[in-house]
Amino acid sequence: MQPKSPPNPGRRKFLIGATSAVGAVGIAGAAVPFISAFNPSAAAEAAGAPAVADISRLSPGEMIIVEWRGTPIYVVKHSEESIDKIDMNLERLADPDSEIEAQPIYAKNKYRSRKVGISVLSAVCTHLGCAPKYYPQLGVVDFDQEWQGGFFCPCHGSKFDLAGRVYAGVPAPDNLTVPPHYFKSDNILVIGEDGDLV
Amino acid sequence: MVTKLMNWFDDRLPLTATIERHLTKYPAPINMNIWYLAGVLLVVVLVIQLASGIWLLMNYEPTAEGAFASIQYIMRDVQYGYIIRYMHTTGASAFFALIFLHMFRGMMYGSYQKPRELLWVLGWITYLLLCMLGFTGYVLPWGQMSFWAAQVIMSLFGSIPYIGEDLLTWIRGDYLISGITLNRLFAFHVVLLPLALIAVVFVHILALHEVGSNNPDGVDVKKFKDEDGVPLDTKPFFPYDITHDLYAIGVFLIFFVAIMFFYPDGGGYVIEYVNYEAADNLKTPEHIVPSWYYTPYYAMLRAITFPVLGLSAKFLGFVVMAAGIAIFVALPWLDRSPVKSIKYKGIYSKFFLTLFVISFFVLGYLGSVASTPLGTLLAQFFTVTYFSYFLLMPIYTKYETCKPVPDRIQLS
Repeated sequence: MQPKSPPNPGRRKFLIGATSAVGAVGIAGAAVPFISAFNPSAAAEAAGAPAVADISRLSPGEMIIVEWRGTPIYVVKHSEESIDKIDMNLERLADPDSEIEAQPIYAKNKYRSRKVGISVLSAVCTHLGCAPKYYPQLGVVDFDQEWQGGFFCPCHGSKFDLAGRVYAGVPAPDNLTVPPHYFKSDNILVIGEDGDLV
Repeated sequence: MVTKLMNWFDDRLPLTATIERHLTKYPAPINMNIWYLAGVLLVVVLVIQLASGIWLLMNYEPTAEGAFASIQYIMRDVQYGYIIRYMHTTGASAFFALIFLHMFRGMMYGSYQKPRELLWVLGWITYLLLCMLGFTGYVLPWGQMSFWAAQVIMSLFGSIPYIGEDLLTWIRGDYLISGITLNRLFAFHVVLLPLALIAVVFVHILALHEVGSNNPDGVDVKKFKDEDGVPLDTKPFFPYDITHDLYAIGVFLIFFVAIMFFYPDGGGYVIEYVNYEAADNLKTPEHIVPSWYYTPYYAMLRAITFPVLGLSAKFLGFVVMAAGIAIFVALPWLDRSPVKSIKYKGIYSKFFLTLFVISFFVLGYLGSVASTPLGTLLAQFFTVTYFSYFLLMPIYTKYETCKPVPDRIQLS
């Protein structure tokens, strides 16, 4: 036997709709903890928090290493001379204009830095993840006759200039990554956050 | 006594009826051939994977610190632990080998066509689940390839425009691949995905028994029935098919245990050598190569080397790779042919199916070797031919001349 249609179909429809809507809200609410639990936990967030470095005592040509999210970050203060010579060997670089997105937008310039003269670079070779070494001196070095200063990876011989731009013809495919960073004040560098994007 | 017991059950549960419907009296077409064995073998492998998986779980430790060591513990200290693990790794490869054969059978004989579209879709879901099971399981030993495969595959989500980076952090649960990531993949691999797989396989078999098996001729056996309503061109599963199946299971197990006992690495394909080294987030392996069953899609991922319309090559590669896996689901609606089986289809269908098989194998090879400029070019070419099988299907199946299909199965 077919059930008879309800005496008031409009009311029945409204009640079904209202019940479904309330149920849907309940499901959405119940989904919140399940989705949120996928986010980094407080411990993971603390471990991945931005690293703060005081660069006031960094003299030109010097470098400090800051750890952020388990990887070493190089912070280099360049000398006036090397800033002037940044365009010296463009023809030897694979990606001199930083076309490959290995840097935040504010570091997509020839210095690959937010502030001219301060480089913030991830010390992970884009080849196999070794740490390239810092060679600020100019001229003849073991691995290069016309070295313009930069980074040399001892593992497989990849070379990067002072702005972290990779040389052509070395195993590493990309420029060194520039992590997000901003300057809280002149000498306080925060690595891991973009700060105000102006 | 037995009858009495069965009657007791039958009054409370449709036991005899279910057994007859799904097993003993299931009408199987008389011309089923060797291709029809993959399905039953897949069920066998599912059982092997569940059993060996549960036993592995008893000694595995799902933490970044302990995972690799616990695998070594299983391999060296647990009695017969190495056999259990090799059973599971060999089973994973067997799963994919068989599901590829099973899918190819469906493509050859048009088993996805009406009324088996839903059956095909359900099968495709099991394939997706297997892909996810394979990936999540591969990460669990926390070796070098586990770690870097997770790194490469998960970073693909980071290439999605706008939401990529946040989505990636959400998926990883951390800012890098870490023990947190391992734990969630573990939860998926041992609970969520197997539960889903069993459920979908169950529904897949229910759907199969509703619409009935296709056959190499693609003939509808339900057209001609005897007075009891049993299709004429079929035989009951018991005892006719079960005997074939048991024989096939025996032969299959010979090969299975041969690999498991004597060749568990499979030449680096079943277990990759790089994974004998513990995960190290500061040292990338020379070549990151996925398991063999993903290599065709890995080749597609790497084949896209150029950005289009501002979308990065990495993201497009991800899309193409996902599309390569997803496109199977559309087959029932792409095929416009009036006939099912390749036997009666026209020359174009035969050509494109052959081209598809060649593309699949060439891509599989290219995905397993380091990329070279020539390899990339070949991968691009064969990615196009792979998709042409699917995307041109509505055209070539419509305009080709097919052979007439007989009304009933012809046994030569």
